[in-house]
Amino acid sequence: MAKITIDGQTYEVEDGQNLLQACLSLGLDLPYFCWHPALGSVGACRQCALIQYQDENDQRGRLIMGCMTPVGDGQILSIDAENAVNFRAGIIEALMTNHPHDCPVCEEGGECHLQDMTVMSGHHSRRYQGLKRTFSNQDLGPFIGHEMNRCITCYRCVRYYRDYAGGTDLHAMASRNRTYFGRFEEGPLESEFSGNLVEVCPTGVFTDKTLSQDYSRKWDLQCAPSVCVHCSLGCNTSPGERYGRLKRIQNRFNSDVNGYFLCDRGRFGYDFVNHPQRPRTPLQQQDGEQSSLTSEQAINQLKQKLKDPEICWIGIGSPRATLESNLALQRLVGSDHFFSGLSHQQEQVHQALLKLQRSGHGQLLSMQEAEEADAIVILGEDISQTAPRLALSVRQAVRSIGRSKAQAIGVPPWQDQAVQIANQEAGHPLYTLGTQPCRLQPICKQHFPATTSEQARLAFAIAHQIDNKAPAVSGLTKAQQQLAEEIAADLTNASRPLLITGAGHGSTDLVQATEQILAALSRRSKGEQPGLVVSFDECNSLGLTLLNHRGQENCLDDAFDIVHQSHDQGGKQIGVIIVENDLYQRASKATVDQFFNDLSDSVVIDYLPSDTLAKANLILPAASFAETQGVLINNEARGQMLFPVYAAGDNIQMSWQWLHASAADINDAMADFSNQAQALRACLETEPLLGALEPLLEVSQLQHQGLKLARMLPRASGRTAMRAHISVHEPKQPVDEQSGLAYTMEGVPYTAMAAEHSGGGMMPASWYPGWNSNQSIHKFQQEIGDNIEGPVTGIKLSLHSLPDPSIEWSEPTKKARAKADHLLLISHPQIFGSDELSALSTAIAERTPVATASLHPDDAKAMQISDNDLVQIHLQDQHIQLPVTINPQQAKRVVLVPDYLDEIRGLENIWVTVRSLGPNPVITSDRRAGHV
Amino acid sequence: MANHRLPNHDIISLSAVERREIEAECRHYPKRQAAAIEGLKVVQKHRGWVSDGSIQALAKFLEMPVGELEGVATFYNLIFRQPVGKHVIMVCDSVCCWVKGSDPLTQHIGNRLGIKPGQTSEDGLFTLLPIVCLGDCDRAPTLMIDGQQHGHVDADKLDQLLLELEPEIQLMEVSDG
Amino acid sequence: MADNADITFSKPLTGLIREDRSPLTLKEYRAGGGYRGLEKAAKKMSPDEVLEEVKASNLRGRGGAGFPAGLKWSFMPRDDKAPRPRYLVCNSDEMEPGTFKDRLLMEGNPHQLIEGMACTAYALGAEIAFIFLRAEYSVAAANISAALKEAYDAGYLGSNILGSDFSLELHLHTSAGRYICGEETALINSLEGKRANPRAKPPFPQVSGLFGQPTVVNNCETLCNVGHIIDKGADWFKSLGLGSDSGTKIMGVTGNVKRTGLWELPMGTPIRELFEGCAGGMADGYSLRGFLPGGASTDFLLPEHLDLAFEYDVIGKAGSRMGTASLILLDDKTCPVAMVRNLTHFFAQESCGWCTPCRDGLPWSEQILDRIERGQGSMEDLDTLAWHTQFMAPGNTFCALAPGAAEPIQSALKYFREDFERHIKEGTCPWH
Ligand SMILES: Cc1cc2nc3c(=O)[nH]c(=O)nc-3n(C[C@H](O)[C@H](O)[C@H](O)COP(=O)(O)O)c2cc1C
Ligand code: SF4
Ligand code: FES
Repeated sequence: MAKITIDGQTYEVEDGQNLLQACLSLGLDLPYFCWHPALGSVGACRQCALIQYQDENDQRGRLIMGCMTPVGDGQILSIDAENAVNFRAGIIEALMTNHPHDCPVCEEGGECHLQDMTVMSGHHSRRYQGLKRTFSNQDLGPFIGHEMNRCITCYRCVRYYRDYAGGTDLHAMASRNRTYFGRFEEGPLESEFSGNLVEVCPTGVFTDKTLSQDYSRKWDLQCAPSVCVHCSLGCNTSPGERYGRLKRIQNRFNSDVNGYFLCDRGRFGYDFVNHPQRPRTPLQQQDGEQSSLTSEQAINQLKQKLKDPEICWIGIGSPRATLESNLALQRLVGSDHFFSGLSHQQEQVHQALLKLQRSGHGQLLSMQEAEEADAIVILGEDISQTAPRLALSVRQAVRSIGRSKAQAIGVPPWQDQAVQIANQEAGHPLYTLGTQPCRLQPICKQHFPATTSEQARLAFAIAHQIDNKAPAVSGLTKAQQQLAEEIAADLTNASRPLLITGAGHGSTDLVQATEQILAALSRRSKGEQPGLVVSFDECNSLGLTLLNHRGQENCLDDAFDIVHQSHDQGGKQIGVIIVENDLYQRASKATVDQFFNDLSDSVVIDYLPSDTLAKANLILPAASFAETQGVLINNEARGQMLFPVYAAGDNIQMSWQWLHASAADINDAMADFSNQAQALRACLETEPLLGALEPLLEVSQLQHQGLKLARMLPRASGRTAMRAHISVHEPKQPVDEQSGLAYTMEGVPYTAMAAEHSGGGMMPASWYPGWNSNQSIHKFQQEIGDNIEGPVTGIKLSLHSLPDPSIEWSEPTKKARAKADHLLLISHPQIFGSDELSALSTAIAERTPVATASLHPDDAKAMQISDNDLVQIHLQDQHIQLPVTINPQQAKRVVLVPDYLDEIRGLENIWVTVRSLGPNPVITSDRRAGHV
Repeated sequence: MANHRLPNHDIISLSAVERREIEAECRHYPKRQAAAIEGLKVVQKHRGWVSDGSIQALAKFLEMPVGELEGVATFYNLIFRQPVGKHVIMVCDSVCCWVKGSDPLTQHIGNRLGIKPGQTSEDGLFTLLPIVCLGDCDRAPTLMIDGQQHGHVDADKLDQLLLELEPEIQLMEVSDG
Repeated sequence: MADNADITFSKPLTGLIREDRSPLTLKEYRAGGGYRGLEKAAKKMSPDEVLEEVKASNLRGRGGAGFPAGLKWSFMPRDDKAPRPRYLVCNSDEMEPGTFKDRLLMEGNPHQLIEGMACTAYALGAEIAFIFLRAEYSVAAANISAALKEAYDAGYLGSNILGSDFSLELHLHTSAGRYICGEETALINSLEGKRANPRAKPPFPQVSGLFGQPTVVNNCETLCNVGHIIDKGADWFKSLGLGSDSGTKIMGVTGNVKRTGLWELPMGTPIRELFEGCAGGMADGYSLRGFLPGGASTDFLLPEHLDLAFEYDVIGKAGSRMGTASLILLDDKTCPVAMVRNLTHFFAQESCGWCTPCRDGLPWSEQILDRIERGQGSMEDLDTLAWHTQFMAPGNTFCALAPGAAEPIQSALKYFREDFERHIKEGTCPWH
């Protein structure tokens, strides 16, 4: 701790930080631009200047940059001194000489850091009389708008995009006051983290194009604390709505999970909520005839169906539905009749991963903890496609090597430029094992492209290298043996080694091998356990797996079998209730068609327009995440509550609400689902591991001195203005009966709530007087980068309690035999295209790459296939045609195709033949044009 | 400048000589990218200027992102990202030469060739550019033509220089001043 | 021979350089006593002794700031555990308007620089060195290249120099323009093939410089002195200076004088001797109104300052800087406002674009100056201009470019204020 004096006040502050951080942590307003809590200091903008005095007698002092000056005991400082105030006003005035002052038409208006800092610095009239320079802008693709004339040259964009996120296509160009930030040529920004530019840029150069297309000001948006549903990491978000449309997603700071950043799938994938074909009223479907129902009619229909003694009802749950909705369905049909909604293979891998997480051989790390890892092996999972935000954390782990090198020469970690110079791409021991090349490859020490069984063999060999009690692997090549030794050495030498794997590769062998490495490592490590991060496919995969104790027998394939057998053998008639699941995404069309044929009745509760929905006799429109209150369990077993952003109206309800409404009076087990808190309590009682979520029950109801928390910003003019052209009398606002949040602007602002509680955050949107942009976050943090103040909305479960887990070494995978003249068909995930929700968002669809079949050059050569040929892949009883790409970084004896192709659903890991049809006649850029 | 350029596909390939020369520069540094500036100069030496295609080819050769190289190329004023004439005349406009009359000299050249600073003559023979102090201040005013410096330049000397370079050209009639 | 030896005693840097600047060959250089310093260092002295000798000589950096060279070197970690490789870089960017001294040294006697660098690298334990040369100096580039070849062949460079276990690779890097490349950390970025934005200090290059390794950057003229200091000793070097600074300095005069040019004179020589003795005073019909003593980025001085000794501290006390010791004269036939506008135009253009006061403040200052010069300025413009010079004061900006740019403006406002006001009052430039 250091004692410093600022404008006569003495404060105790944390050592090691810089003065800007210290001032902001103290709640003092010191304006800044180029500094960012995650990006550190470079001292370019000179906005954060203050005065430092030599001693009490020094009257003039010396101007210093807060962000570049370390805190020192006994410093005497002033923010308010006239020469500091004058200088800061000058900086903003100079920055604004070329700014177009186009705030009324700027998307950033009202949440602009530049506006805030201008006001804060006291610049309000211009002396500059010259012409302004003008730039032309670039089309950067469907996500990001570009208006370079608003640039104030703080360099944050390239520092974030290139240095922090590893992007290679955004750069500073030209120089002096003509410095330009853009791409070499027009085209979509390639980084999967481009969306953060919107929040990183302190002015309106990089804006959210999806918001611009249907624009509202921040102060007109209604927001709520929410959780991303596009992968299993559970990043915290703050979605914004107006007029019943979801308009954008912003990052919601959570230091344990996503910190300051989201991935582009999470930010731009929301548009499925507004999909024109989304079911918005209950529908009855018979023989191709559709008729809409009132919700009362729909509930009555379902009630009648459930009462029908002829029909046995089964339920199919979903890894993208909340705990509450899955449990409600399970209660309704009984756990024997509840099926997880995952394919057999998915279910197996999920169970294996849960077992791995519970084994006690590794600590489950959060993304922020993963950033500290000093050796990382990623096994089988292409996290940049399946768990993108995690890949950003891995990049930070790699970068952190520079910080320790810098520390050795006395450079503090926040001195970003010097850290990078000290780093000079010092190799971090990051290894990736995968069938396909991965986006982290340029920064990894080695990439091992191979089939999952070969990866598993390598992993078993690594375990053996670490601890020779683990069985050895025979028949490795010399190169493989060497690699195993190298990885083993790096893992053993590390003080915080980390293994990452996931559900995407589909191999239980690989999961087992991962466990073996962890077991070997934890037996060797002195103190801390090795780290483990597991990713799943969907936002509540782990929650579903925890609730469905019978998963091994009750997966989707089991449901298909049971229904088919019953139908064939003239057994009982079966009806199905499917909650938030499109079965066509999980099994082949033929299988699902057959399933519906064999069924007597079907009810689908969902918000996605899907083929499954089209098959249902009764459709009940479910609330999407944006209208949902409930709990999702993320990949690291963190239970997080999300809240509705806006009221969905009577015809749209959360799945458990529909089930409760229809079944409460005919099924005692449903009594628990009369409100969200009760529903959640039922979940905690059903699965003891969930018991730790108890505090969430209180949080969901939390009020501040008897008042609810307003979802809109204080004094939002927006609500009145919204209907003023119709009538100045406002209609009664919807009431939120489930949570401590109030719709629209009545209630207390978050600023008041935050002052009373600490630990997490129910922040609907970040705002503080004078700080209208997301930069206001620090007003809610004790220390910069700390968690924000406010009630806890996420709690990490502890999945295992064994201090010294025993080890049962398993036998390594045997070498797989290849089938002559055949290749193994492997589907690979895509950040844009794979997730069924975001795939329905137009901006994401635009970024989904053309489907291709990817081959290793050796195989292509053997099969006489050249780059850009069209090939025909023979599947069981059909074939598909795709253009070819050839890639030396992928596994041999494998043909890779994107996993969103309908034709390959349910066809994992089969041997296929691939034949060239000659050069591809169509060169096309259309999303799925290659996919016939 | 990169703004508003549409994707172009004229990716050229570097010649064997260029590759050899750039490779030799690469050997001076622990990283290939460190030879970026020399690389750009090699390309410019052989091609007169650095086109979009050259940038792409060179970035590939140096194993660096093309935008990064563009950022470097557009930072340094002696890398020409636009075509220039057969001869490039650069007149020093910094203080010592200015005191000794570089403004009228520039005007004279412009008048003779029918171009303004920054322009290339219609016949493609001459490009006229201002340049900062050439470090030849005791011989002010100075200028540089095709890398050769000339000091104590006045209107007559200039006409003579132009005619030495291109004996065929017709200098425009001017009345300076 | 004897003559030569004498001349290198009194004019060590330029004594051997020929009138036409055709470069000394290795043979000629050696005949004049060349490479004796390196022989002595490599064969008879430890690196620490070399460093101590240079420290004792009080050689101050000739790049403009006058920082003691030996002291700078001593900040470089040199013990057994110190990082390797370590680098030495010669700053031959020389783009400060009015400055053309390093050019003479490199064109006329490239071996002198090579020897100085080899001695310095020996002291530092640096195994790789670069000469960072501005693009336009093609004659210097050719001469250095030829000399490098000779020096490698003769065993003054390369591995095991003169049979010692000291090895040095010396490369010539030619730049591609931009004044900011002369700022030592921007220079390092440029040498790494990057945009030449300066780097934050600390860490200083001696600790983390080129490619993150310990690096010393010295001016060309600074380094040219080193061989002589080792050869002839620190005491000799100190005795050359007339006042408190050691050695000689190459001094220049440009503008409307009888003779423009460069002269090697002892440190502390009165400016008048340079101006009148060497340059012959003003050309006929011109009279002196003021001068920038050390290049474009220094404050104006007045004729009354001509009798000052030309050395760092004396000029500093008079309110300006010795800089590169190149006088740029303002005569009575030149408009001071236009001259300052010209200077400001240069600095605004050469701003790297990193920090705000320089990037956005300088073009703004230039516009104000332009307006005043055209007779369209106002008295408030003068206040704004004065404010700008404060705005760009040392410490307010990221590097010293903008503070340097402010110097001629602030001193012109001080000494030639009536001229600014006349422009405003008369609505036109009185010199037109
Ligand atoms: C904008 C700017 C330009 C500079 N240009 C040069 C230059 O061209 N040559 C030079 O030797 N030093 C130049 N310097 C000074 C260098 O940064 C550095 O101080 C010098 O090279 C150190 O060498 P010395 O200690 O031997 O003087 C410049 C400094 C600044 C701020
Ligand atoms: S003062 Fe700032 S903008 Fe100017 S050259 Fe230095 S760092 Fe660049
Ligand atoms: S925030 Fe400190 S200089 Fe930019």
